Amino acid sequence: MKIVLKDLTKRYPGRGRKAQGDVIAVDHFNFEIPDGKLIGLLGPSGCGKSTTLNMICGLEKPTEGRIFFGDDDVTDLPPENRGVGMVFQSYALYPHLTVRQNIRFPLENRKGKDRMTRAEMDAQADEVARLVQIDGLMDRKPGELSGGQQQRVSIARALVKMPRVLLLDEPLSNLDARLRLQTREEIRRIQTETGITTVFVTHDQEEAMSISDGIVVMEAGVVNQIGKPQDVYDDPVNLFVAKFLGTPAINVFAGEVRSGHLFIGNEDVLEVRGAAEGEVFAGIRPEGFVPDEGGPLTLNLVRVEVMGRDTSVVSTHPALEGATVRSIISTENRIDPDAKTVRFSLKPAKVLLFAKETKERIRFEY
Amino acid sequence: MQNNKFKAWLYLLPAFVFLGIFMVYPLIDVFVYSFEEGYNSASQTYFGTGIYNYRYVLRDPYFLQAVKNTFLLVIITVPLSTGLALLISVGLSSIKPLRDLFQTIYFLPYVTNTLAVGLVFMILFQKTPYTDGFVNLIIKWFGGKSIDFIDGPYWAKMFVMCFYTVWVVMPFKILILTSALASVNPVYYSAAKVDGTSRFRIFRRITLPMISPMIFYLVITGFIGAFKAYSDEVAIFGTNLNAAGMNTIVGYVYDMLYGDSGGYPSYAAAAAIILFAIVLTITCINLMVSRRNIHYT
Amino acid sequence: METNYARIERRSRTLERVRKAVTYFFLVLWGILVLFPFYWMILTSVKSYSAYNSEYIPKLYTLSPTIRNYIDAFTAVPLARYFLNTLIFTVATTALMMLVIIPAAFAFSRLEFRGKNLVFTLFLSLMMIPNELVIITNFVTITDWNLRNSYLGLILPSVTSVFYIYLLKENFEQIPDALYKAAKVDGTSDFKYLVKVMLPICRPTVVTITILKVIECWNSYVWPRLITDDERYYLVSNGIQEIRENGFGRENIPAMMAAVVVISVPLIVLFLIFRRKIMTGVSRGGTKG
Repeated sequence: MKIVLKDLTKRYPGRGRKAQGDVIAVDHFNFEIPDGKLIGLLGPSGCGKSTTLNMICGLEKPTEGRIFFGDDDVTDLPPENRGVGMVFQSYALYPHLTVRQNIRFPLENRKGKDRMTRAEMDAQADEVARLVQIDGLMDRKPGELSGGQQQRVSIARALVKMPRVLLLDEPLSNLDARLRLQTREEIRRIQTETGITTVFVTHDQEEAMSISDGIVVMEAGVVNQIGKPQDVYDDPVNLFVAKFLGTPAINVFAGEVRSGHLFIGNEDVLEVRGAAEGEVFAGIRPEGFVPDEGGPLTLNLVRVEVMGRDTSVVSTHPALEGATVRSIISTENRIDPDAKTVRFSLKPAKVLLFAKETKERIRFEY
Repeated sequence: MQNNKFKAWLYLLPAFVFLGIFMVYPLIDVFVYSFEEGYNSASQTYFGTGIYNYRYVLRDPYFLQAVKNTFLLVIITVPLSTGLALLISVGLSSIKPLRDLFQTIYFLPYVTNTLAVGLVFMILFQKTPYTDGFVNLIIKWFGGKSIDFIDGPYWAKMFVMCFYTVWVVMPFKILILTSALASVNPVYYSAAKVDGTSRFRIFRRITLPMISPMIFYLVITGFIGAFKAYSDEVAIFGTNLNAAGMNTIVGYVYDMLYGDSGGYPSYAAAAAIILFAIVLTITCINLMVSRRNIHYT
Repeated sequence: METNYARIERRSRTLERVRKAVTYFFLVLWGILVLFPFYWMILTSVKSYSAYNSEYIPKLYTLSPTIRNYIDAFTAVPLARYFLNTLIFTVATTALMMLVIIPAAFAFSRLEFRGKNLVFTLFLSLMMIPNELVIITNFVTITDWNLRNSYLGLILPSVTSVFYIYLLKENFEQIPDALYKAAKVDGTSDFKYLVKVMLPICRPTVVTITILKVIECWNSYVWPRLITDDERYYLVSNGIQEIRENGFGRENIPAMMAAVVVISVPLIVLFLIFRRKIMTGVSRGGTKG
């Protein structure tokens, strides 16, 4: 089932004694989610991603715009008539019901001709339990399960009614780091096996990048960029997206483009053909630095962190926006930790330019 | 370190002195009293020990009347007030405007002197040669016959007693239940809504189990409180409850101890211990029933 | 398709409106039931004696309010005396109780001594003892001490509360250990730590306990009735009962109602001022019991 969002907008009335206009949580969101894909809504907290999810689910009504599931306009439908399954951040498992009762709960709500017999319900519950691999825990209460297991129960409860669309709100944020890795692969597996169009919300870019077919980066209610994870990372449309994706984060320098060359400080660091002249922000990905005795960029070395597979070089530069530059280089390159400075040349593909005023991307040829 | 230990006891000393004199000693003493036969409070002498006091109390028609009144009061008011409080609390939590106002009004009886307001209830229900009273006015409006609720038939007196008791205990119950309802995480309601759960089913399958510990707490304290009913009755029927036929077990204890029929601390002690035994038994039964049906998080 | 959804939507909205109306109707009904006795007592208290007695069918309003009954309430019976007694009783009992329970709660929560757990368990089990059981001996004790008809006799048995010690102790224990250690490193004495750190942090609970105790004292009836038969030591509750049985003559109901209003007003005013504190206090005190 493909999902189409058309000019989706949510405004909340201004709060406080002096209502200073409305708060716009989501501003004209347009997007088409292809059938059977896993899409991550990504952004910092308060960017409107949860509101968007709630609108798709039907828990909140959009102020403007329409939502289509396939060709059905579901904008005015209550959640139960949309055929959505939702996994809540805190799982929202009913603590007084067993795992089996929790999973069966959505089926028991059906009325009339959709009503299932007890045996059918149990069969269906068992089937999804097997899918998410909790079939051994059916008679326990949620309180007796680990966080990861609760998460699976919550997914099973969302899947049991065979939803057209599966929605997950920060599905991994309540898990510890190790479980998070495992569970996100699990979500990917379940999604692939069921083929249900899935939207999930997260503020963790690594999480979104690692399992989604596509990501949507949001900021303050506005969609910044939509695309495949690697494409968005390699080719961000603005400084916000560039900064938001990637760990360690991109290093941003104040620079200037003069006669087809990028200058950081007084050093001509890279040839940038076709870029407009003027002041820019130059973002350099950590992996864009190549140690080079004769390289154009000189950084003041702070320390070298050897991390096994590769080495992280921490240094400073007067033109830097932010405290330190972090560059990741392969361990084959030896850097003298006692040196005062270190020189680099740059990989052109890892250098991204942004206009000083608009912070929009400036493209160049290399 | 030695010094520290000494200091701890010093901090506890005042509490222990008071508790020792006014709680622990009396607790032992009351059992002693209850077995001392023919105790005379003037000469402080008694002429035997045994279970005579209990036998006397259990045969005393006033005591039996008091037990009957108390049990009726408990059985009627506890379920009624708890159920009513639940309905009102659910209603309260489903509205937004005026909620604060309603909550404030509903809480008023809690901070009023029950003796004082009981007098108002008496006047509202009373029928005298000069006036039929307000309640009878309403009854007549609906075409009924006027009744003296204060000095009339037993059922009418019982009705006033229960009515006033419910009026007095409601504020506490409404308060506890509204805060219990407010503490249910709204995400459960969202989850249920996504699954298309009907309003009634949400209430029965989610809300009710989640607040069941609080309901149960109210039932237990309600039972205990109703068994100890006394001042509400005095407020309506006056201090001579035996004459009104509206005495309660606690009232019987006090009457035996003091007042026109007083001076028998041994009988009072025996009656108090019987009351304690009843309350303890009922509480234990409650606990056993609840263990099977209540979900605790 | 479109119109179908719209119809469902409209129907559910109508249903919602009906539900709201029914809810409000019953809430208002209960509100009237609660408020009516208060209205009636104020109304009756401003009706003149003759007007009240001439109304065979009681009127729901009065056109000629009078304050005569209030004057009677203070002159014909010693209402001011009852008030003063209650005030003395309430303030003294509450203050004394605080002096007793705060150190005890402190000892249980902060100090280490041998047998603490055992003592505390025994202590908690006292919470189950109903007042009715111990009041008999207390009555005899106070009589033996010749303290009947005295403030001391009224106050002494009411100054400890196992439950409030428990409530306070729980609250004290929520203060992080680190604060105590920091104070110890700075050389603060236990007593100073209690007064300067713990009490200010736990002020809400202390206020709650104070309010609950004040309400309890103001409305107490049973013990004062047992221990006083001299009018000079009556509290308001006993005063009301006295007024009812021997006061203005049984028939002067307006004067009685004036007395009832006067007695009810202080707590209601207190409640309206500290509404939130009292309500959260009662629900907290209630749920922890």
